Amino acid sequence: MSKTINVALIGNPNTGKTSVFNSLTGLNQKVGNYPGITVEKKIGSCKLSNGIKAQILDLPGTYSLNTTSLDESVVVELLMNKKDSLYPDVAVVVSDVENLKRNLLLFTQIKDLKIPSILVINMADQMPRKGISIDVELLEKQLDTKIAVVSTRKGEGIEKIKDLIAAYDTLSNSPNTDVSVIDPTYFERLKTVFPKEDIYKLWLVITQDVNFTSIEKKSLDRLTSFQTKKKEELKKLQHRETVLRYQFINGVLKESYKVDYPSAKGLRASLDKILMHKIFGYVIFFAILLLIFQAIFEWSSYPSDWIDEQFAFVSDWIKNTLPPGILTNLLSEGIITGIGGIAVFIPQIAFLFLFISILEESGYMSRVVFLMDKLMRPFGLSGKSVVPLISGTACAIPAVMATRTIENWKERLITILVVPFTTCSARLPVYLILIALVIPEGTFLGISFKALTLFLLYLIGFAMALFSAMALNKMLKIRSRSFFMIEMPTYRLPLFKNVFYTVVEKTKSFVFGAGKIILAISIILWFLGSYGYSENFKNAEEIVSQRIEENGLNDYSKNYIKKNLLNYSENKGQPTGSIPNPLKITPEQDSLRILNNQLFERAKNQEIASYKLEHSFIGYAGKAIEPIVKPLGYDWKIGIAVITSFAAREVFVGTLATIYSVGNDEEETIKNRMAAELNDKGKPLFNLASGVSLMLFYAFAMQCMSTLAIVKRETNSWKWPLIQLIFMSLFAYVVAMSAYQILS
Amino acid sequence: MANLTELKVGQRAIIKEYHSFLPHIKLLEMGCLPGNTVELVQIAPLNDPIYINVNGSHIAIRKSTAAKIEIELL
Repeated sequence: MSKTINVALIGNPNTGKTSVFNSLTGLNQKVGNYPGITVEKKIGSCKLSNGIKAQILDLPGTYSLNTTSLDESVVVELLMNKKDSLYPDVAVVVSDVENLKRNLLLFTQIKDLKIPSILVINMADQMPRKGISIDVELLEKQLDTKIAVVSTRKGEGIEKIKDLIAAYDTLSNSPNTDVSVIDPTYFERLKTVFPKEDIYKLWLVITQDVNFTSIEKKSLDRLTSFQTKKKEELKKLQHRETVLRYQFINGVLKESYKVDYPSAKGLRASLDKILMHKIFGYVIFFAILLLIFQAIFEWSSYPSDWIDEQFAFVSDWIKNTLPPGILTNLLSEGIITGIGGIAVFIPQIAFLFLFISILEESGYMSRVVFLMDKLMRPFGLSGKSVVPLISGTACAIPAVMATRTIENWKERLITILVVPFTTCSARLPVYLILIALVIPEGTFLGISFKALTLFLLYLIGFAMALFSAMALNKMLKIRSRSFFMIEMPTYRLPLFKNVFYTVVEKTKSFVFGAGKIILAISIILWFLGSYGYSENFKNAEEIVSQRIEENGLNDYSKNYIKKNLLNYSENKGQPTGSIPNPLKITPEQDSLRILNNQLFERAKNQEIASYKLEHSFIGYAGKAIEPIVKPLGYDWKIGIAVITSFAAREVFVGTLATIYSVGNDEEETIKNRMAAELNDKGKPLFNLASGVSLMLFYAFAMQCMSTLAIVKRETNSWKWPLIQLIFMSLFAYVVAMSAYQILS
Repeated sequence: MANLTELKVGQRAIIKEYHSFLPHIKLLEMGCLPGNTVELVQIAPLNDPIYINVNGSHIAIRKSTAAKIEIELL
């Protein structure tokens, strides 16, 4: 059996650590979460030349072992815990050639933990352009390590890393610096209390607010006396430690690292001038947003529609091929349709992450933060929330996933919680049909009331998102970095490989992470809408057939058939009047009769479907909640549609079509049927008051199980999606009720 | 006494010894240490944050932070 060793990949953000990871492991990657928290855990593996298998853990990017965020705590906790199953046999510290000095700060800390370490100097292809030269041999000696000079862009040096890892047991594990020189008496005291412990580890335990398992709990009690005594003193000591490390690094680099400064500037300066220009900066940013919006709203609709058709085709095929029964129904209508409902999101997610990874990789995302920081600050957000918030206007699901780029957990959580308020494309069909029904004709300043209403709905969604962000910022008590600092990385051409991996990984994480929940809920909803326990449900077909035999079709169906026949015969140029000679039926008359029969069958089936839905579990639920939705101006039929549209908002229209027993493929028909519906006072059910109430309800309510599922996945707990569901629904209810009561 | 917000774009200065105020550890790590050179690269269009190059690190910080860092103009 071959031996497996643990390798930890550590490095500052923007050093191309992910590129190194991708180059080492290829697609042999597994992405998950650390237990209980939301930090992404990436593990991959690669085979080394001597047959050893290296299990590579890609740790979150960090500037040092001084933790200020959850991501960084993960790194420190792992490196301090020898009992962790992932504790590294060797640490690979990735640095970027241009910022070597700063990158070495982290390197010296890891060396001081006495972990065998390799230094990777990445982006070596930049050296000639930036005027950098390095004496690698000298640097290896001074840092007491092995160095691989790498260019992931050109694919150079990756084999060298593998060779160095393979020889991990020859690496030195002696420290670079001695931290105790910053305050000899203090550290002397520590040594006497904990003679067995390593002094630098103790120092980290004292200064870092992380959960340590390696050092005994009882000794921690004694440690606290070192902690509480001098909080300010500790900060000063950390300052001195940083100075100490930089002194060491400066001494090392003096000999082995040379930069020819004049050639170092250039691209960065000129691109910064344009991309962060007072006017062009914003114009370019909004153009990019518009492009992203266009992609997820418009371009992705082609593959999405195609996926939709394929699943509908498979569903039909199963229904027509397998013997009828509950299992066939479950497969064709529950499972296949449910999976289809997950798959249609894939194009949107892929498109959004294509753009986001390009923006991140190129270094542009930091510029966005720089441009937008001041605007977003009052809402407790930074510029990084802008992209998710705007993409939420197309769909909340990829938008919630896009918040991964926000390092600050509090900001990320706030963004996740408020994104579903922005007007996503699934609300559009609901808005459009209601606006057409209830908003009067007329114009204001040359803009029609209808257009204005739609615009207002978009505005309300966005305003609500920002307002709740502000409120959440005040309410949420989460330890987060209280001050703002962001690195402005060098501009780089995005690597196709990295972009591709991001898109694949995000899509996978949606399909397999959130997909399970979405599938489960959609099967439950399908079952509740398609089955019932009452006699009425079981005998639906007989009851409806008998009713039709006795009383004929309902008025609406009759009109519908008449209109269709009229249309048909007008097109044929034949009068529909009485048939002159029943014995001599012309081919036209024959076709008319066939059409009549078809329309009758169709109308009958629709009436049966409507009757079934009314007496299904959901139908009874709709009737049960009628007293609750009555103050909002809805009846039980709308109640049913509200329940079913929890699957996705646009289902609202289709459910109403079924319950009103009209075909749900013709929007005009549905609209006319809705307009004809009367409430208990004999007035149109869909009037201004109830219409506005419904629109506001859909603007604010969390009517989307897929969003809930992805929030569960991204926050790694049910707590936040449930809070979101309850708060948004209650809020929507109150607003919709107020609107109805005021307007009616 | 001059602080970091008083720099003009393109101007360089030396960070002075910290006395009453000690910046966040992250700033120190990025190289905001006494004696290091700092250059103001750009100011955001909305006048905040500012974009500096300190000790080779290109970072953006808010003016409220920058105002506490004392400098000596070069």
